Amino acid sequence: MAEKVKRRRKHSYKREKKLNRSMAGNTLLFVLMGICGVAMALPLVMVINNALKPLDELFQFPPKIFVRNPTLENFSDLFILMNDTWVPFSRYMLNTIIITGGGMVGHVIIASLAAYPLAKHNFPGKKILFLLVELSMMFSWTVTQTPQYMIISWMGINNSYWALILPACAFGMGLYLMKQFMEQLPDSLMESARLDGAGEFRIFWSIVMPNVKPAWLTLAIFQFQQMWGNTGGTFLRDEQLKPLQYALYQISAGGAARAGAGAAVTFIIAAVPITFFLICQSNVLETMTSSGMKE
Amino acid sequence: MADTNDRSEHALEVAKKQGKLWYQIKRSKASYFMIAPYFILFFFFTVLPVVMAVGFSFTYYNMLEMPTFVGWKNYIKLFLEDDIFMKSLKNTLILAVITGPVSYMLCLLFAWIINEFKGKLRAFLTLIFYAPSICGNAYMVWNLILTGDRYGYLNGILLKLGILDEAVQWMQTEKYVLPFLIVVQLWLSLGTGFLSFIAGLQTVDKSMYEAAALDGVKNRWQELWYVTLPAMKPQLRFGAVMQITSSFAIADVSLNLAGNPSVNYAGATVVTHLLDYGTVRLEMGYASAIATILFLLMVGSNQLIQKLLRRVGE
Repeated sequence: MAEKVKRRRKHSYKREKKLNRSMAGNTLLFVLMGICGVAMALPLVMVINNALKPLDELFQFPPKIFVRNPTLENFSDLFILMNDTWVPFSRYMLNTIIITGGGMVGHVIIASLAAYPLAKHNFPGKKILFLLVELSMMFSWTVTQTPQYMIISWMGINNSYWALILPACAFGMGLYLMKQFMEQLPDSLMESARLDGAGEFRIFWSIVMPNVKPAWLTLAIFQFQQMWGNTGGTFLRDEQLKPLQYALYQISAGGAARAGAGAAVTFIIAAVPITFFLICQSNVLETMTSSGMKE
Repeated sequence: MADTNDRSEHALEVAKKQGKLWYQIKRSKASYFMIAPYFILFFFFTVLPVVMAVGFSFTYYNMLEMPTFVGWKNYIKLFLEDDIFMKSLKNTLILAVITGPVSYMLCLLFAWIINEFKGKLRAFLTLIFYAPSICGNAYMVWNLILTGDRYGYLNGILLKLGILDEAVQWMQTEKYVLPFLIVVQLWLSLGTGFLSFIAGLQTVDKSMYEAAALDGVKNRWQELWYVTLPAMKPQLRFGAVMQITSSFAIADVSLNLAGNPSVNYAGATVVTHLLDYGTVRLEMGYASAIATILFLLMVGSNQLIQKLLRRVGE
């Protein structure tokens, strides 16, 4: 069975390559990608180089992009500083795992669960609910922060993980994204499962979700970035609840003396979501959901 | 007599409709169950705050005292007295009209080109192009390039080539601010829309390309227009909404490169103006009024764009 699938993939891969592609077009695209790629890679190149620069190079004037005498000093400085934080550093990490994980997994599951009926069922109120979601994305987040803070205080969940996780679960973007992808699934797919006696939850979990894997992996990337960048801001007062991001900013905020550690912090803050991004993206690109499935 | 007959018939119809509606609601129990967790949270943390903010826009509210109702005063002040708002509205419209469509096309174009590559190379390319959105130091790069002395990269190159005689303070010169903001914003455009297009291209049925080739589609451009784009209309809609929300809300790029306030407000946008009132002057009522105007602007353009998108592939 597996072999058959493999052979079919190989086959379709070959066919796909040959269709409607000219040499001149390919060359043009390669050149274009090369030029633009260099410009887009700049921030990445700079983060890496700065993290490896010794202090004198960090303060060199005029500044250079590339490092001349790479060193790992910045990282060892950072690790020393990590050891005398108020709360043990592992506590910040745990907080980040809970907040980022909760906000990401919670949003992906809850939003997907709501997106399925909105995309594939017919029920009164469906259109207006979706319209609300679409409109909500266009209201400036700056001014809704204050009322949101009030609501969170009224609920009494201020100064807890919930104050960050629950609002994150209610973002409009995830539902919108998931609904758009689910709309593309052929109805026949769910119909046949229904004939087999599967309930709606089961259809959602074992048929719809696997078939929109690229969508929820992409949503996970967005949500991870969003939650990872959260410093806890106004909601978390207790030092024991604050996330890694906050602790790292505190360390690097020490002015010139900590510029080296600061460069290492910038690197770590970028490296974590990039790692997550690469894991998710390579999975997005591997799923060959559609071929043979849509009729 | 005929009149009463009509009326009772009408009543019967209404009753039938109500019965049908009730029946439909009861039948859809599973659907409501599934949407409940999301929409309960959505109501409390998204809808309610928006409704409250719109409410605040009719008040004077400094976040210390209770808000006092002032009617349309904030809106009237915005359009009749606030010159900076008018300037920022103009800047925002220029930025949105230029960067919006171009960014959207770039997202689509690059997602589509990357889709031509395979395996690890493709994941790597996606990372490179998404890097400005994920690295968090994007503005640092541009500050290096646009620094106003002769060590700024752009000045350095232009001086060496003899195009300039002396260094130009790019971000302190009114006429250069907006063009550079546009360039940087375009460079930053491969974000949410881009990734959702990458994912969307994955779900296009491969057999459709074979069928199209048999039907006489000759090159990749035709294939794009007649096969790929129509197949990913849902993603195109999503991308358009995301593009609108980001293009009209341009602010970070201006704050980081041109500063706030920027020289002669050349880089002021609706959102920098909003941030000024909302986070610096703490006039929440006025800031909410700005947000409401911005919201209406986005809703209007969304209507227009969605209409255009329906024509894709025709």
